[in-house]
Amino acid sequence: MDAVAKKENLITLVGAGVVRGGRTLVSGVDLTIARGEIVTLIGPNGSGKSTTAKLATGVLKPSMGTVTRRPGLRIGYVPQKLNIDWTLPLTVERLMTLTRHFSSPEIMAALEAVGAARLLKAPVQELSGGEFQRVLFARAMIRQPDLLVLDEPVQGVDFSGEVALYELVRQIRDTSHSGILMISHDLHVVMAETDTVICLNGHVCCRGTPSAVQNSPEYLRLFGERASGALALYQHHHDHEHHDDGCVVVDGHSHTHEHHEGHSHG
Amino acid sequence: MFGDYFSRALIAGVGLALVSGPLGCFVVWRRMAYFGDTMAHSALLGVALSIILSMNMTLGVFAVAVLVAGALIVLQRQATLSTDALLGILSHSTLAVGLVLVGFLTTVRIDLMGFLFGDILAVSVQDIAIIYGGGIAILAILVLSWRPLLASTVSPELAEAEGLRPETSRLVLMILMASVIAIAMKLVGVLLITSLLIIPAATARRLSSTPEMMAVVAAVLGAIAVVGGLFGSRTWDTASGPSIVVMALVIFLLSLTIPVTRLFGRKVPHGT
Repeated sequence: MDAVAKKENLITLVGAGVVRGGRTLVSGVDLTIARGEIVTLIGPNGSGKSTTAKLATGVLKPSMGTVTRRPGLRIGYVPQKLNIDWTLPLTVERLMTLTRHFSSPEIMAALEAVGAARLLKAPVQELSGGEFQRVLFARAMIRQPDLLVLDEPVQGVDFSGEVALYELVRQIRDTSHSGILMISHDLHVVMAETDTVICLNGHVCCRGTPSAVQNSPEYLRLFGERASGALALYQHHHDHEHHDDGCVVVDGHSHTHEHHEGHSHG
Repeated sequence: MFGDYFSRALIAGVGLALVSGPLGCFVVWRRMAYFGDTMAHSALLGVALSIILSMNMTLGVFAVAVLVAGALIVLQRQATLSTDALLGILSHSTLAVGLVLVGFLTTVRIDLMGFLFGDILAVSVQDIAIIYGGGIAILAILVLSWRPLLASTVSPELAEAEGLRPETSRLVLMILMASVIAIAMKLVGVLLITSLLIIPAATARRLSSTPEMMAVVAAVLGAIAVVGGLFGSRTWDTASGPSIVVMALVIFLLSLTIPVTRLFGRKVPHGT
């Protein structure tokens, strides 16, 4: 992918906000996502993360400001952990074609890309948290989206699974060059590869690179004591530069990460 | 073939089961059993109102069921009482108001038991026409909007993000349920309608590995329950509507003896 394509803005929000029933859910959000870029929204519950993501994907219309999407933008969505009732017999294979038809080779290729090919015939109720998320990633990627929206991608996944999933996100970004919008309810966990962190609390509190946000007074005020120095950055071993500018990693996280890299998670 | 009342009952009942089975799967998946019950109970109010307004009864029942569903949505938005409590209020108050209104109708003699428990042996050729006409329409809508209906059942957020309209799907399902209730009332009565939606679908779950298969199996099991129930009621001279439900229950209980894992166990080992 050449440099021009990479700079193409997929979505631009300018002063965007949503008012519902007289209550302002979120306001004054400026946000752009380009190809190959990772933007992470963090903030407490009810701070407008999901609303902002819905504005970006077009599910919600802005009550104020503007939202511009590149025409024909294809969006892949990875929802928060799905709870599929036992009464609904659904295999991974069938889940892949939930909103659109895909051929068997396409489905296999998408599952192979996330290391979940052997789960093809498995009932979704029997998947572990990590397996389920992988399948949901594959489901989103099979649409070949320009923009991938991840809503709390690691919720309900154990730690080693988390690391593997973040590695997968990085891989998807590198191979597909799609833009990625990530919502993280876990205030302390942000991928080191994130280009922009936007910290929300009804409005944009602070923004910038992960390390800049971590040190900003607004971030510390919003998340208080718990936040002090504990913004865990999942670092890939190539990104040495981040280690030096104060992005403290919670005890041993980065080591654990490297430990687990050799495993095949799934 | 429409000659005697028993074959008319068989044809009508099987027609209804073929529709209520697939639709019942959605009722089970979306946990709408109590919701369906509420709509069904309101059918008696529909009967009373259509007599008072001298309009078509099937249409009147359908309209009232849709109105009750709409009322529930409005009340849910206010979010003062839980959905559970709201359903309880709507379910029993519509049934009670219907019963009271029927009591006022002195000019017409109404077979109340027939409306409460159904009178499948009294179906006319015209009733059969309504069941099959309406049934084919319901099945056609179900097949044509299957993908969005299923997707919004699995996850409204996901369906919405990928360009579908889960609110529309919800509305479509409510209207389909109101239609099934309207055509089923005469056969099994307002108190037993939801059993034909839920029991065959719940039985089909253990025998199915995909949603589509479950819908088909539910339709077949429902038809078997109707046929078995009707023959049973003729043999032992029992009430026909309840006999069909009892037959559906027997099939359900039999299905419980089959262990699920043996049918559709996981064929792949767990991770790592």
